[in-house]
Amino acid sequence: MKNKLVMKEDRMTKIIAHSLLTILSACCLIPFMIILGSSFESQSQIMTTGYTIIPKSFTLDAYKAIFSNPTRLVDAYKITIITSIAMTLLGLFLQTTYGYVLSRRDYPYRKFLSFFAFFTMLFNGGLVPSYILISQWLGMKDSILALIIPGAAGAWYIMMLKSFFMDIPFELIESAKLDGAKEMFIYWKIVLPLSKPAIACIALFILFGSWNAWYPSLLYIEDESKVQLQYLLMSVMRNIEFLNSEEAVQLGVNSAQVSPPTLNARMAMCVLATGPIVMVFPFFQKYFVKGIAVGSVKG
Amino acid sequence: MIIYFIVFNYLPLYGLVLPFKDYKFSKGFFGSDWVGLDNFKFLLDNEQLNTAVINTVLYNFVFIFGGIFLSVTIALLLYEVSSRAVKVHQTLLYLPHYISWVVVAFAAKALLDMDYGLINKILVYFGAVPKQWYSVPEYWPGILIFSALWKSCGSDAVLYYAALMGTDKSLFEAAKMDGANKLQIIRYITIPSIKGIIIMMTILKIGKIFYGDFGLFYNLTLNSPLLYETTDVLDTYVYRALMTLGDVGLSSAVGFVQSVLGFILVIVTNLVVRRLDKDSALF
Repeated sequence: MKNKLVMKEDRMTKIIAHSLLTILSACCLIPFMIILGSSFESQSQIMTTGYTIIPKSFTLDAYKAIFSNPTRLVDAYKITIITSIAMTLLGLFLQTTYGYVLSRRDYPYRKFLSFFAFFTMLFNGGLVPSYILISQWLGMKDSILALIIPGAAGAWYIMMLKSFFMDIPFELIESAKLDGAKEMFIYWKIVLPLSKPAIACIALFILFGSWNAWYPSLLYIEDESKVQLQYLLMSVMRNIEFLNSEEAVQLGVNSAQVSPPTLNARMAMCVLATGPIVMVFPFFQKYFVKGIAVGSVKG
Repeated sequence: MIIYFIVFNYLPLYGLVLPFKDYKFSKGFFGSDWVGLDNFKFLLDNEQLNTAVINTVLYNFVFIFGGIFLSVTIALLLYEVSSRAVKVHQTLLYLPHYISWVVVAFAAKALLDMDYGLINKILVYFGAVPKQWYSVPEYWPGILIFSALWKSCGSDAVLYYAALMGTDKSLFEAAKMDGANKLQIIRYITIPSIKGIIIMMTILKIGKIFYGDFGLFYNLTLNSPLLYETTDVLDTYVYRALMTLGDVGLSSAVGFVQSVLGFILVIVTNLVVRRLDKDSALF
């Protein structure tokens, strides 16, 4: 009797949990659906019925307008791809090496170096010193380097990598050393291959992070041909008339009666800039979860 | 044994961490022209700055505790449903975390736009008066809190859920056998088992209580001066002071205070936590 009651209670909580989660998940998805939907809606339709999830008059006008004058988008894409890849490689190199020495029990300075990295998480100089350092002392103003180097390494990932590396049995390293393996060999041929999943996870974190970055562009870049995609989006948002250009007029998307496709083009721009990362996201998502799980449990 | 090669490998990183993080404040440019505490004095009677400070702390307070409540709740819900459903929900809940604030600002614009926004259209549909979302500061605390929680809770929940999955299942079974109900299990087993990670996340967030999320407050509000009253936080204020007014002294002083207070806060919180429960402390 009691068992039945418990079963019933279980089923009830399951149903409630399911429905609540479905609502929450929908909340997470809807904003993106609006952007996507509106990008396919015609300008005049948005003018009358507003932004929408399901376009009433499906059209590719917005995309046509963007591709008629794609220089800025292509530039931003180039910059974003270059910075993302460079940042991932550089970040991985710096952070795996640092994390690895911290994980070695026989390394005398590991306590100090751990604290050295951890301290940066608690304390930092703030915006102004970093700004002066990067833009003036290092002369990176308007340079693509400012988008890559400052953000490439951070204590958080080092700590995560450290705990990953700690899982590798120390005996393995020791026996390799007895066999005469050099330190570099151990790092490159034993430790790194063994922690592939961890490294893949961190790489994805960095990659997604730099794809989404706009702050460095906002601070350090004035030359419009060197900004990242997300920053381009920001300026599109600010400047509604961005696509209201000669080309758009010539293409005929902008006839006398119909106003130029700016409302939907803005959304289309957003889709084009974010699309790739959202598309690949579900495939990589399990690595993220794995990554944060391991990183968090070991802290 | 010291590993020479690796030492040389991470030496560049040494150089990276050093200048970018903790070393540079107060050195170079404070040294260039010593003005003592003048910059700090100016901080005290600056009304705009005071608003920014209050906004920053209040918002973060709500973000932290609202965030804990919501994300733990979501994690508990995830724990209840089957693993196949969890995968779908996880992906969707995690999505906002991996989208930049810029894109969120686009979505917000599509929802809140005065003339074409979805929410105003719905209001009109139900016969209400459309609202001028982007020019009335009173609306923004709600909007900002909603957006911040929307963006961070899903991923935090996934993290707590992952921690929950790592806990000992036999505890739950035993409690069930003993006739504990759902709420009792949550109260006495589930929450304690992920307490450590919740506290760790909270300490780290408290350390950042004087830092406003620049992306959120800058992008979502379109940096509109009309809304500063309720949306200006320290980070946006410092950014404006530096980039538009070029006031290095003032903005760096704010940054300095931010760092010191944040640091003290972390230490104090950690001390308190250690007093209460030794194992949960961060260090």
